[in-house]
Order: sequence, then structure tokens, then C-alpha cells
Amino acid sequence: MKAKIYVTLKKGVLDPQGKAILSSLSHLGIAGVDDVRVGKYMELSLRDVGREEAQRRLDEACRRLLANTVIEDYRIEIEG
Amino acid sequence: MKTAVLVFPGSNCDHDAYHALKHVIGVDAGFVWHKQSSLEGFDAVVIPGGFTYGDYLRTGAMAKLSPVMAAVRRFAEGGGPVIGICNGFQILLESGLLPGAMIVNESLRFVCDYVHLKAETGRTPFTAGIAPGTILKIPVAHYQGNYYADDGTLDALEKKGQVVFRYCAPSGNVTPEANPNGSARNIAGICNEEGNVLGMMPHPERCAEAQLGSADGRRLFDAMVAWLKEKGK
Repeated sequence: MKAKIYVTLKKGVLDPQGKAILSSLSHLGIAGVDDVRVGKYMELSLRDVGREEAQRRLDEACRRLLANTVIEDYRIEIEG
Repeated sequence: MKTAVLVFPGSNCDHDAYHALKHVIGVDAGFVWHKQSSLEGFDAVVIPGGFTYGDYLRTGAMAKLSPVMAAVRRFAEGGGPVIGICNGFQILLESGLLPGAMIVNESLRFVCDYVHLKAETGRTPFTAGIAPGTILKIPVAHYQGNYYADDGTLDALEKKGQVVFRYCAPSGNVTPEANPNGSARNIAGICNEEGNVLGMMPHPERCAEAQLGSADGRRLFDAMVAWLKEKGK
């Protein structure tokens, strides 16, 4: 069983990296990009524990380690 | 009286802290490896700066799970004085012993320079006797020292007197220009509600002797020693 975890900065939390990338895109002449937010992407391989149990464990993993919920949101996608 | 200096994989200011305590201040100090689960025999704890676990995932995110941090939590709950400096502050934030989080400096640059701090409260063991409004010259060295908390948390910190240091101009004025990293409300250091746990980005251990450019950092450790003596330690 595979899971994908996306960790992104919360709305309202300044993202200096995103801002720098946005300005570089504009220097490249790539128009029409209004905003860039940089986040993290993680792939986890899990022993098959059933979807519901996997969701529960991953949620705990995100809350306790993978994301810092003071500044970050997370999204879990379980495959298969 | 004995102070613990915690050592994690990637700590790099542990020896500076030890030197300031043992050789400059003259208080007994000992290193405590992060795998130890007891702080028995210690009267104060220093969580030094560095790059614990290479800053993997987030600064302090791995270190918060080291066995010694459970001991630090118990020590703090018992009222013992704890100071987290730079990465030590980040570890305290990640472990939830202090509120808020650190994000990348607004400038996207590693900032390594002397800054001025305005002391806001003498209620912590490390600032007892330092009059509010006192200006201290202490260096910072970090890439992720941009303190963030939501407005409700910031208001609560102010109301409960938990803002301990703010970045200021040499005159003492708290201005955006004096803020080296973009921290909310120029916050350089905060304490917990009880006041015994202090986290700060600037490095007092790096400026405890005049030949290092400033001896202002010494005042925090002197305050700690006086505070402990008063408690009969």
C-alpha cells in the first residue's frame, strides 16, 4: 500500500521561497503566474493494514511529525 | 549547582555553552547526550544551537523525539529553568513547550550578525534582575529564525508577559529595520506561561566575554545563577 502526503504552508503564512520563485518565473518571461507556494511531498510504503487504519495512522503521523500544524496543512492520499 | 548542556547529533554550540557556564561564569556544567532519559542531579538545562539531525524535515522536528526531551518536559513542568538557544529554541517550539513556529528568514539569507535586543520582562530565571527596557547586544546566526504564530497566540503572548526579547535598534526603538529575519512583532525570545522556559534565537553563550565583542550574554547566565542561589541550589 502506498500513500502520498502533501504538506503545504497554511494560508497567511509567508513563503519567502515561493516569492523568490515567483520573481524568477517573471524574470524568465513566464507570464500569468500570480502566486507560488512551496511545500513538501512524501511517499510512504505501508504494510497492508486496511484503508481506514492506514488513514488513521497517517493522520497521526502527520499531526505528530510530518507536518507542523502551527504553520502547515497536510493532505493524505492512499493508493491501491 | 549544576547545569546540563544537551547534546544532539548536529548540536554545534554545545561547547560554547559549556565554556560560558564552566569557564566564564564558573558554574558546574555537564554534557547530557540526547539518548539519556534523566536529568537527575541538574538544576538548569541549556538546549544549545546547531543543526540537530541536519534540520531534516523541519528544524527541531527530529530532536523533539529524542528521549532526553521527555526528561526536559518533566524538568520544565517541575519549574526547572530551561533555556533553548537558536536551534534549541526551534526544538522547544517543535516539542510544544513554547507556542508558535519558525519559518525561513524573510530575506531568504542566513543572517549572522550582532543584533540589539530589548529586554521586556525580568520574570524568567535568565532575565531576573535585567530591567525591562535594557538593551543587550547579542549575535544571531540562523536561516530559520522568522518567528510565526497566529494573531490570537501573539496577543496572548503579549498579554501574559511571555515576550522576553524583541529585536531593536541600538537606541532601543523596535523598528522593522532592526528585525533581522521578519519575526512577528520583532520577537526574538519568548517564555512559557510559567516563565521558567525561555527560547531565544540570539546566542548569549557567544558573547559572554568582552574579547568576543560583547559580554552582554553573560548577564543571562549570571541571572540564572542568582536565581538558582535564591532557590537554595
